[in-house]
Amino acid sequence: MEYQFQNARELLELCRRHGANVAEITLRAEEEQSGQPRDALLARMEDYFRKMKESVQRGLAITERSRSGLSGGDSKKVLEHSAGPHPSALGPIFERSIAYALAVLETNAAFGRIVATPTAGSAGICPACLLTWQEQRQGTDLQAALGLFAAAGVGRVIGYGACFSGAQGGCQAEVGSAAAMAAAAISELDGGDPDQVVNAAALALQNTLGLICDPIGGYVEAPCMMRNGLFGIHAFGAAAVSLSGVKSVVPFDEVVGALREVGRHMPRRYKETSEGGLAATPTGLKFLPKRG
Amino acid sequence: MGLSVFEIIGPVMTGPSSSHTAGACRIGWAARQILGEPPVKAEVGLHGSFAATGAGHATREAITAGLLGLTPDSEKIPQAPALAEQAGMRITFREIDLGSQAHPNSVRIRMEGAKVSESVEANSPGGGATLVTRIGSHEVHLPGRLETLLLWHRDTPGFLARITALLSCVELNVASIQTGRTERGENALTAIEIDGTFPGPLLSLLPSIPAVQRHSLLPVLPGS
Repeated sequence: MEYQFQNARELLELCRRHGANVAEITLRAEEEQSGQPRDALLARMEDYFRKMKESVQRGLAITERSRSGLSGGDSKKVLEHSAGPHPSALGPIFERSIAYALAVLETNAAFGRIVATPTAGSAGICPACLLTWQEQRQGTDLQAALGLFAAAGVGRVIGYGACFSGAQGGCQAEVGSAAAMAAAAISELDGGDPDQVVNAAALALQNTLGLICDPIGGYVEAPCMMRNGLFGIHAFGAAAVSLSGVKSVVPFDEVVGALREVGRHMPRRYKETSEGGLAATPTGLKFLPKRG
Repeated sequence: MGLSVFEIIGPVMTGPSSSHTAGACRIGWAARQILGEPPVKAEVGLHGSFAATGAGHATREAITAGLLGLTPDSEKIPQAPALAEQAGMRITFREIDLGSQAHPNSVRIRMEGAKVSESVEANSPGGGATLVTRIGSHEVHLPGRLETLLLWHRDTPGFLARITALLSCVELNVASIQTGRTERGENALTAIEIDGTFPGPLLSLLPSIPAVQRHSLLPVLPGS
């Protein structure tokens, strides 16, 4: 097998050797591994991107609260504020991107359909970033799908080097991975070279280290939804910094190593057990479900 | 097998939880396939976290949906209990304790179809993945990433040789064979995972093989 990689060093070496970007190498690796033709893989990813956009639109239309009462109607509020007379000093796009990520998690809480990227609890970040990118750059769905292949390329490195599960590695493994993947997608779509793409992922991931998984009441809603909203913006920041030429002091593979190490030493109470953090605050405890 | 792009981006699923909703639905779906016919009645035992946090994660609806043959990306999962009632499928839930060794997200489903009955134990370790760990009294290890043929048969000499000869005739590559019996010469279960798919004509030959009591086919689980 020619295109298989498990870490960023191998990925970047393949990019250099074949004069290809991260999305292309990831696509070839998948082609080789699955035996499925390139066109079918691209079509499937385009379909996933369209389903991501549907999950954004569905969430933005939600007005009622979820079964737990923890979320619902929030993405609509943020979107409306972005279009109002006093949007953020950073501009309405900034807020709209937050609204998109919140919307996916609201759809998820309302038993709607989402694309777990990489998990359900972190499913808002990549759709929000790629939809915002598409709107601003008049990009096609195919371009966005290639962005998702770039995202999957760095995701693959995290999958081999650490994990994606909040129960195993805390929120850093879910939202941190999603932010790194989104940063990679945006920077590649905006013309970054493979080093800058992987560097953007390194910058995004390192700022989530230590993030605990403390879902209130055990629901995938709070703080999950806001983490998606605000870490989507974080991904845009990491991509911009990387494209400026600024390098992460610690390279991506070592950041992934740190993710694994922090995850391993993180106490169990902060790993999706709802026994610590926000879940164990007096307010958080009020949302514990009744058994049965 | 390496990590697929569509395990990182995906599965497409109905929320809210990859383990407690998508994984639960896949378990129900797998159980229905293992039974080999639509269940008329099912008694579902929820263990550990599946029992504790099930309500907010629509775990019961998801298992019901799977038993109806709906897949994790179906938007009908929330309506599954009503759909089951319409279909005349009686599904009951209770909390069970499968012991401290069982995965926290475990379930045992006892099903009755028009012709056969079967019980399946499985768990949902995360990210929508599933593992079938027991069929009836037989321990198995079936992640559902490969098509799997299940053969219920009498424990007779030469049985596996006959089956593998049949598979080799059509050049099927076997990834694993798991076989177990209750007592010597008694009922046995053989599970064969293969690369690719079993051709229909081969499946239609199975009932004529001596010692085979019944068979069912567990396809690659949806969303793999």
